[in-house]
Amino acid sequence: MLAGIVRRVGRRLLASLPALLGVVVVTFTLMRVLPGDPAVFFASGPSAGREEIEELRHSMGLDKPIPVQLVRYLGEIVRGDFGRSMTTGQRVVQDIRNRLPASLELTVTALFIALLLSLPLGMVAALRPGSMVDHAVRLLCTLGVCMPTFVSGLLLIYAFYYLLGWAPDPTARIDIFASPPPDITGFYLIDFAITGDSEGWWAAFRQLLLPAVTMALFVLAPLARMTRASMLAVLGSDFIRTAHAMGLSRFRVIVTYALRNALLPVLTIMGIVFSTMLGANVLVEKVFSWPGVASYALDALLASDYAPVQAFVLLMAAIFVLVNVIIDILYGIADPRVSVA
Amino acid sequence: MSVVSFLSSRHAGIGRHVLYVLRSNPVTAVAAVGAAALLFIALFGPLMVPYDPLASDVPIALQAPSAEHWAGTDQLGRDILSRLLWATRLDLAIALSAVGLSFAVGAVIGGFCGYVGGRLDRWVGRFVDVLMAFPLFVLAMAMVAALGNRVENIVVATAVINLPFYIRFARAEVNVRRNAGWVEASRACGDSHLSVVLRVLLPNVLPAMAVQISLNLGWAILNAAGLSFIGLGVTPPTPEWGIMVAEGARFITTGKWWLVSFPGIGLMLTVLCFNLLGDGLRDILDPNMRT
Repeated sequence: MLAGIVRRVGRRLLASLPALLGVVVVTFTLMRVLPGDPAVFFASGPSAGREEIEELRHSMGLDKPIPVQLVRYLGEIVRGDFGRSMTTGQRVVQDIRNRLPASLELTVTALFIALLLSLPLGMVAALRPGSMVDHAVRLLCTLGVCMPTFVSGLLLIYAFYYLLGWAPDPTARIDIFASPPPDITGFYLIDFAITGDSEGWWAAFRQLLLPAVTMALFVLAPLARMTRASMLAVLGSDFIRTAHAMGLSRFRVIVTYALRNALLPVLTIMGIVFSTMLGANVLVEKVFSWPGVASYALDALLASDYAPVQAFVLLMAAIFVLVNVIIDILYGIADPRVSVA
Repeated sequence: MSVVSFLSSRHAGIGRHVLYVLRSNPVTAVAAVGAAALLFIALFGPLMVPYDPLASDVPIALQAPSAEHWAGTDQLGRDILSRLLWATRLDLAIALSAVGLSFAVGAVIGGFCGYVGGRLDRWVGRFVDVLMAFPLFVLAMAMVAALGNRVENIVVATAVINLPFYIRFARAEVNVRRNAGWVEASRACGDSHLSVVLRVLLPNVLPAMAVQISLNLGWAILNAAGLSFIGLGVTPPTPEWGIMVAEGARFITTGKWWLVSFPGIGLMLTVLCFNLLGDGLRDILDPNMRT
């Protein structure tokens, strides 16, 4: 069983390599078309002479044809070198390592909130199709997909920060007066929990809640809709009727038998949901000044600083591939009929 | 039965079906009216606006909605309602041309892949896989930045990220029809392969794709607005919903809600209209797919 899973994962990862290579090539070409000359930027200043710039271009390999640069870049990537950011002056790998936990914490929390809300909503709607609850859930889903994330985020800020005063100032991961936790995992909630600082944990949690809810609202609709549809299909099937006929309690039938089977299709769309969340990260991080990788890449993009953008796009694609593999494994565990071999 | 009377009776059947669906699902009718209203505003909005959308009037900056300025004024004292109505044209034009471009290119590529199959199909399939491996919004960002910060490039970027869906859709739909009797018949009549794909198969696939178009339109609008929100594509002072929200974002923490809300509601209603219209179209064309 375990060997089967390992082989399956290995094969999936291998199969995703061409797509990842494609991502690198496309991004590389796109970025080389970007206006702006990094050599000019790295030169000592605006007064740098032509010779100095030419020298820099030569040392950075920018005077070579693009295919040669691409091969060189691929070699650097394999060695784990993604170049240097012009805006921060640091190595891109270092920058991303500092900022990735912020993005992941936000995305994972948002996904958790979305599942926590959408599963019960979809289930309740499926149990009473055509009822008021069903219509309310449908309305919520219909409106949810129409609301741009940046607008819902700003409206949440207006309601919870300005009007009610419940949420903290939407500017960063933690209050400027509070001190961040010691850097253990980079996830503030985990780090505060490890050090046992409940006050800090609460502050970080309050800061995280609003952006996470914004992102959760964005993916609530597809998840709830899918839960409802698959739950409806399962509730109509023979084995549920049999379970009822055998006199099992309603709760047991719904939670133990129906829900487990209904979750499989939901699991399948999780990949798409996660991918849209990665895209939405850019907007949410901008609205809440969240210091994650997406806002880092956006700043770099607007400054024509291409090393971070390339690394960011590749990172996103890699995460996307990884998430799909994980979903694949979960799918195999949840449904033993899917062959693991 | 003559051909003419056959056709007219067929159309009456479709008309009755449309009426039936609209009656059982009045939401679709509302959405259709809404979409028509949006198109009307897009075409004639600039004639209806009470103020010049670009004229700033600093003394009355940041005023809440009033009888004079129904949606308030922004940080330069410009009338938000006027800017909102003006922006409809640009936003709809971006979305419509992006989806149109994507549809035209995607349908032809997907159609040929589904019809020809073989190596072409495999290579295009691989290309689509690469495209799908990107977080699509991020790809659009990078494209606009690389191609240049202009409105046309928002259209191109949005079209490209929509492309995989159309290619896959057209490919699948053509693939199931390629061996149908009527396709065989048109080939037997001497139609070239090109003509079979473009004049026989694609028109047949069109109704199913119309649903996809309507559903995608909303998504395209959100994407384009998202791009301009982060500062790509549309430059100030051009009135556009995404950029209006971005400019208003600075004032939300001080309680100036109208700068963000009105363009936000504009975006939401537009996307809502097109999504509901897409659902309704699907009900009319394919009752089996109702959820």
